[in-house]
Amino acid sequence: MLTIADKKFSSRLFVGTGKFSSSRVMREAVEASGAQMVTVALRRVDLTNPQDDIMQALDRDAVQFLPNTSGARNAEEAVRLARLARAAAGTAWLKLEVTPDPRTLLPDPVDTLIATEKLVREGFIVLPYMNADPILALRLQDAGAAAVMPLGSPIGTNQGIRTAMQVRIIIEQARVPVVIDAGIGAPSHAARAMEMGADAVLVNTAIAVAGDPVRMAHAFRLAVEAGRETYEAGLGRRSTAASASSPETGLLNADLGFIQN
Amino acid sequence: MDITCNGEQMAVEQPATLNDLVLSLGLNPQTLVAELNGRIVEHNDFAAHPLRENDRIELIRFVGGG
Repeated sequence: MLTIADKKFSSRLFVGTGKFSSSRVMREAVEASGAQMVTVALRRVDLTNPQDDIMQALDRDAVQFLPNTSGARNAEEAVRLARLARAAAGTAWLKLEVTPDPRTLLPDPVDTLIATEKLVREGFIVLPYMNADPILALRLQDAGAAAVMPLGSPIGTNQGIRTAMQVRIIIEQARVPVVIDAGIGAPSHAARAMEMGADAVLVNTAIAVAGDPVRMAHAFRLAVEAGRETYEAGLGRRSTAASASSPETGLLNADLGFIQN
Repeated sequence: MDITCNGEQMAVEQPATLNDLVLSLGLNPQTLVAELNGRIVEHNDFAAHPLRENDRIELIRFVGGG
């Protein structure tokens, strides 16, 4: 069971709700994923499309809403979005995202730390999106982050865990849950993150843009469960030398006369 | 009176509250949060906020996101 800020989650797969072709597909994919934590974004209402409402598509009794601060380019904008999110959702849970460069969408470490400190003081449950920097993870943890969310690779790239060395150190050192966020492009990437000991993964693009998003959501669910089970079972040691799986005694060889050369 | 809502200039009849504006735009107040001249207003309080000339209003809601 995963615990973040005193709330328990039986699913270790968090899913995003962006980029889906329709609200119906998004809702079915969220259900198929088994996710209990679901990210959403805040935007200006499109006055030409007033009925477009994601809140109606999600069962808020079944999932924890995790509003993000996507679009924030600095700490000040992130804090503004966080306060709006809390007012709109009635929840203090927050995925903090500060991405000054729209080309890379890489998170600003300094402003992420500044915003985390401020929002924790205001009573938010802050899950910061961060680069896979072990020192920054400790600083965010010390600032009161409820979890840390290092990236596997840049948002939406589907490149997998390109930051494995740093992620291992973050996992080793963390006292708060570690959620691998961004870049997870295939269930095998998610399984790998979980095998490494990540507490959860957050997936959006890989599900939303799949040929069949609902089945892909289910595939991610299975992969995350398999990866976690693997981690808890404990993988065998790696070796460069071969080692037979079958007994090496009692062989039926030429000396015994069974095998004719 | 003239106000600006989500970057668009519009004329509304006085007297009107934030709630009246939201309903006239065909929106469900329950799904929204607003900023009125930079101050956050929760949907439960929309009716308690009368609009004034040159008010700047942002109507915000959740959308899909990662």
